[in-house]
Amino acid sequence: MNKVYNNRAWFLILPMLLLVAFSAIIPLMTVVNYSVQDVFDANTRFFTGTEWFEVMLNDSALQAALLRQFAFSFTILAIEVPLGIGIALLMPKRGWQASAVLILITLPLLIPWNVVGSIWQLFTRGDIGLMGVGIRELGYAYNITRNPADAWATIILMDVWHWTPLIALLCYSGLRSIPDAYYQAARIDRASKWAVFRYIQLPKLTNVLVIGVLLRFMHSFMIYAEPFVLTGGGPGSSTTFLSQSLTTMAIGQQDLGPSAAFSLIYFLIILLVCWVFYTAIMNSQKDKTTQGGA
Amino acid sequence: MEWMVWTLPTAIFFSGIAAILLGMTAWELASPSVERRGFLPIATTRGDRLFIGLLSAAYIHLAVVGFTDISIWFALGTSVLWLLVLMRWG
Repeated sequence: MNKVYNNRAWFLILPMLLLVAFSAIIPLMTVVNYSVQDVFDANTRFFTGTEWFEVMLNDSALQAALLRQFAFSFTILAIEVPLGIGIALLMPKRGWQASAVLILITLPLLIPWNVVGSIWQLFTRGDIGLMGVGIRELGYAYNITRNPADAWATIILMDVWHWTPLIALLCYSGLRSIPDAYYQAARIDRASKWAVFRYIQLPKLTNVLVIGVLLRFMHSFMIYAEPFVLTGGGPGSSTTFLSQSLTTMAIGQQDLGPSAAFSLIYFLIILLVCWVFYTAIMNSQKDKTTQGGA
Repeated sequence: MEWMVWTLPTAIFFSGIAAILLGMTAWELASPSVERRGFLPIATTRGDRLFIGLLSAAYIHLAVVGFTDISIWFALGTSVLWLLVLMRWG
């Protein structure tokens, strides 16, 4: 193998690197600096070492928020990914119907987070909200400010409503990129609909699904505005997720040291989970291609 | 730079990371990495192993600091050893 690799094109990303340095890397370094100190004001600060990390890791409120966060993220992934694939499969493929459905499906994605929260807040109100009143009329005492189960179900429903379109759109574009020859071959083999899905469509969707799952995981793991507007983290703390705990600590109480330490732990968790997802999905694909080649 | 409230430990930490990245770049230029399979269940390049090593080092430190009374230097030593093992046989 005498292939010569020319990597000079990497220099083209230097401007981007510079930009990212200012928007992400340098602020992150500052957070690390804050996490090992107790900062009072511009001139008064004390070095505390690892104390904040110790406090944060053993804080039972934060541990509970972390568990809730994982429960939330995995629940919405388990609903949104199959649902998104299903919608993408049902979407019309050509003609004006295709454009119309695309626009309708994209609409929720265009709404800002806190507006989504407000919409659902009104929608679920027991006195004037369509859903709130509707469910009550059906005989169930639906109340998201009193009943944690109702609050949870509503937040999950809201997230599914808001973000399933993203998965559906990604899958739709993935499905459109499958050449017709695959379907023709399947027809010749008299493959069932399930076989077409399992052995043609799903494998071809792997790449977009990786992006979809990663985006949705990161998004949902950082979710803030929607539950904050809808339930304010309540009833009690039953829907207080990580970012809300963090904001309360950093902005509400100005505890910069502990919240910096907590942010870093938060960041490490997201980094680990995303890496595991990415590696697992990419490797399952790699195994298949090497088997196919051999 | 005062607004970033630097401390000596964090400065040493980031210099260390920067030095490792520069070192890895130089190593890559001198002898390009080949993807291979070690004791890890996946095929990895040198950079992958460094990433895995650093990430697990972070978790080792968090575990030691948060849930034990062992000195943090012990965590550092374990992490360095683990990183070396991972780079060589991972």
